Amino acid sequence: MNENKTDSKPAGAGKTNLGRREILKSLATLPVVGVLFYNVWKKLRRDALRKTNLLSDLVKEHKAPAVVSPKNSGKYLRIGIIGYGGRGQHLVRGAGFAAPDWVETAAANAKKNKLDKGFKTFMQQEDLNLSIVGVCDLFDLRAETGLAASKNEIRPGGKPIESAKRYKHYTEMLENDDIDAVIIATPDHWHAKIVIDAARAGKHVYCEKAMTRIFQDAIAVYDVVKETGIVFQLGHQNRQVESLDRAKEIVQQGLLGPINLVEVTTNRNSPWGAWVWTIHPEGNKRTIDWDTFQEPAPTKIPFGDEALKRFFRWRMWFDYGTGLSGDLFSHEFDAVNQVMELGVPKYVSASGGIYFYKDGRDVPDVFHATFEYPDKNLTLLYSATLSSNKNRGNIFMGHDATMQIGGAGDSNISGLIVTADSESTRYKERIESGIINTRYPIYSYTPGSKQIDGVTSATAKYFANKGLVYTYREGKRVDPTHLHIKDWVDSIRENRQPKCDIEVGFHESLACHMATESYLTGRRVEWDPVKRRIV
Amino acid sequence: MGNKAVPVSPEYTNYQLIGLTTLRVFIGWHFLYEGIAKMLNPYWSSAAFLLDVKWIFVGLAESIVSNPTALGLADNLNIWGLTLIGFALMLGLFSRWASVVGMVLILIYYFFTPPLVGLEYLKPREGSYIIVNKNLIEACALYVIYLFPTSNIIGLDRLIYRNQTAK
Repeated sequence: MNENKTDSKPAGAGKTNLGRREILKSLATLPVVGVLFYNVWKKLRRDALRKTNLLSDLVKEHKAPAVVSPKNSGKYLRIGIIGYGGRGQHLVRGAGFAAPDWVETAAANAKKNKLDKGFKTFMQQEDLNLSIVGVCDLFDLRAETGLAASKNEIRPGGKPIESAKRYKHYTEMLENDDIDAVIIATPDHWHAKIVIDAARAGKHVYCEKAMTRIFQDAIAVYDVVKETGIVFQLGHQNRQVESLDRAKEIVQQGLLGPINLVEVTTNRNSPWGAWVWTIHPEGNKRTIDWDTFQEPAPTKIPFGDEALKRFFRWRMWFDYGTGLSGDLFSHEFDAVNQVMELGVPKYVSASGGIYFYKDGRDVPDVFHATFEYPDKNLTLLYSATLSSNKNRGNIFMGHDATMQIGGAGDSNISGLIVTADSESTRYKERIESGIINTRYPIYSYTPGSKQIDGVTSATAKYFANKGLVYTYREGKRVDPTHLHIKDWVDSIRENRQPKCDIEVGFHESLACHMATESYLTGRRVEWDPVKRRIV
Repeated sequence: MGNKAVPVSPEYTNYQLIGLTTLRVFIGWHFLYEGIAKMLNPYWSSAAFLLDVKWIFVGLAESIVSNPTALGLADNLNIWGLTLIGFALMLGLFSRWASVVGMVLILIYYFFTPPLVGLEYLKPREGSYIIVNKNLIEACALYVIYLFPTSNIIGLDRLIYRNQTAK
């Protein structure tokens, strides 16, 4: 060790003038700060250059869509709800009315888990200037809950202007001239008839997906909606999801190169996810109008235990529902249709089976389908299982790059990533020069990435990953279902068609029915657009 | 901050001075760049860290994350705290204060996510630790810097002390 002692006296003790030595010692470390900042500047320049070289010349950055309009001052509307089950309740909440027990549970959840923002998101919804004036449900308890929701003052906008009256049958509701529009959230087998009757009665319609139970009904609904000119919205709330708008821009700008294969998937692994839902303890012959329920169903059975199962778990039977195709693929199809404007497929073939849930259902729990678009040089591939939660996401495979939406684990909720292809023509030079590394995304988009939400249950996560539960407007969390209802209500006031109108609804309906037809008949089916039939 | 335990002007050998000053500057460098990197990243938020908090501060961390104002405050305190402490240590400006505040900050990180047996974290660690990790060591190093100040010899504090004594 050097035994020389350093000049450790407080600097300048005894001197009054600053010597050169003093200044040097005071500022001795300044060059190190300079080195750090020089390197930070170098890194920034490199990052900026990389970004320019990567995509900013290709991706035009758009700002997130604003919450459509700040305050809804349009005409006051009277809405009826037909079918106030789980989905119906969600739609009515999207319109601004929650049942008292939902409010209680949601508020309690928010207290228990600070990250649970369901209640807050609801209360921050825009007041749409409407009332729920009619409730129709075949199960008394649900109808009563609907009436209570219509009166509930705990809502965005406070005390409702009017409250609802109960209608035993939807036809009585349609006879009421004071009702401007109806939301239809019955099981699928009732959709077509109610949409047609409502349109003929001059009511605007929000119809839950799947649009119809069978193919022929889709044609009929299409024709009547066109003929009457009502404002029709199909319940694919993904149309409001911000990341899908991004995805569309990316595809339109040709960033992925030619796309010949798109793969979409469904993975669920719980009885709830497989539609084995709770049979309400108070559901019985007195509280349920079973005869009306099964009126349009091909198979009729007397009321009993089997009927109760079918009433509460109707998605498990083709008599009432549309199976994996209409129930879950329809979401994926509409998302791809939104991004790529596909239209009706030319050929469809499907396969699958009931491999896990041997519980008396007749809809498959493993299901795959291919949809051919020869004029677009594209195959859309769907693969679904209800006995594995492996989250595969949706993948758009282009010659130059791949875009994945969801599926990268919990960290990528409703976001998307674009990764260059190692054999890409478009990015060849950039890959060779090392500007693009095919192991890392060249573009990624995570809506609301600065916000944290606690999405807890596996099924909620499933929908969140698909972007169906929450979307973001200006960084604020919004329920797409609310935006979708709002889009419909705004369209009624502005006399325009909403985002998921009858045209795209028709595409979805046909694609799903063709897949089901192929599954049930075991052959490839073809769409004849001239004669409007499946051959 | 002068107290009896820490003499204002200890006598160091040149090697000791070089060693202590280098330690101070390197820790400052680490703080400063951590602060700048967060400042430059528009997507950075302390939420990811806070959501992975274990042990006794879980409740506090969740409260911060669930409150946008508190989260914004935590983000800014981190960014500016790290940056200012970094500058102070590197330039030798109010370094003794900076070393104490820096130590407290690092200890907060440590106690929010301590490497104790039985605690599992979502984020993979870059090394293997049990009880002692780099946070604890850096906090300890800051304590050493506090006990063995160098900024009044090499650093802007030299000018400040000079002015004080000149009066």
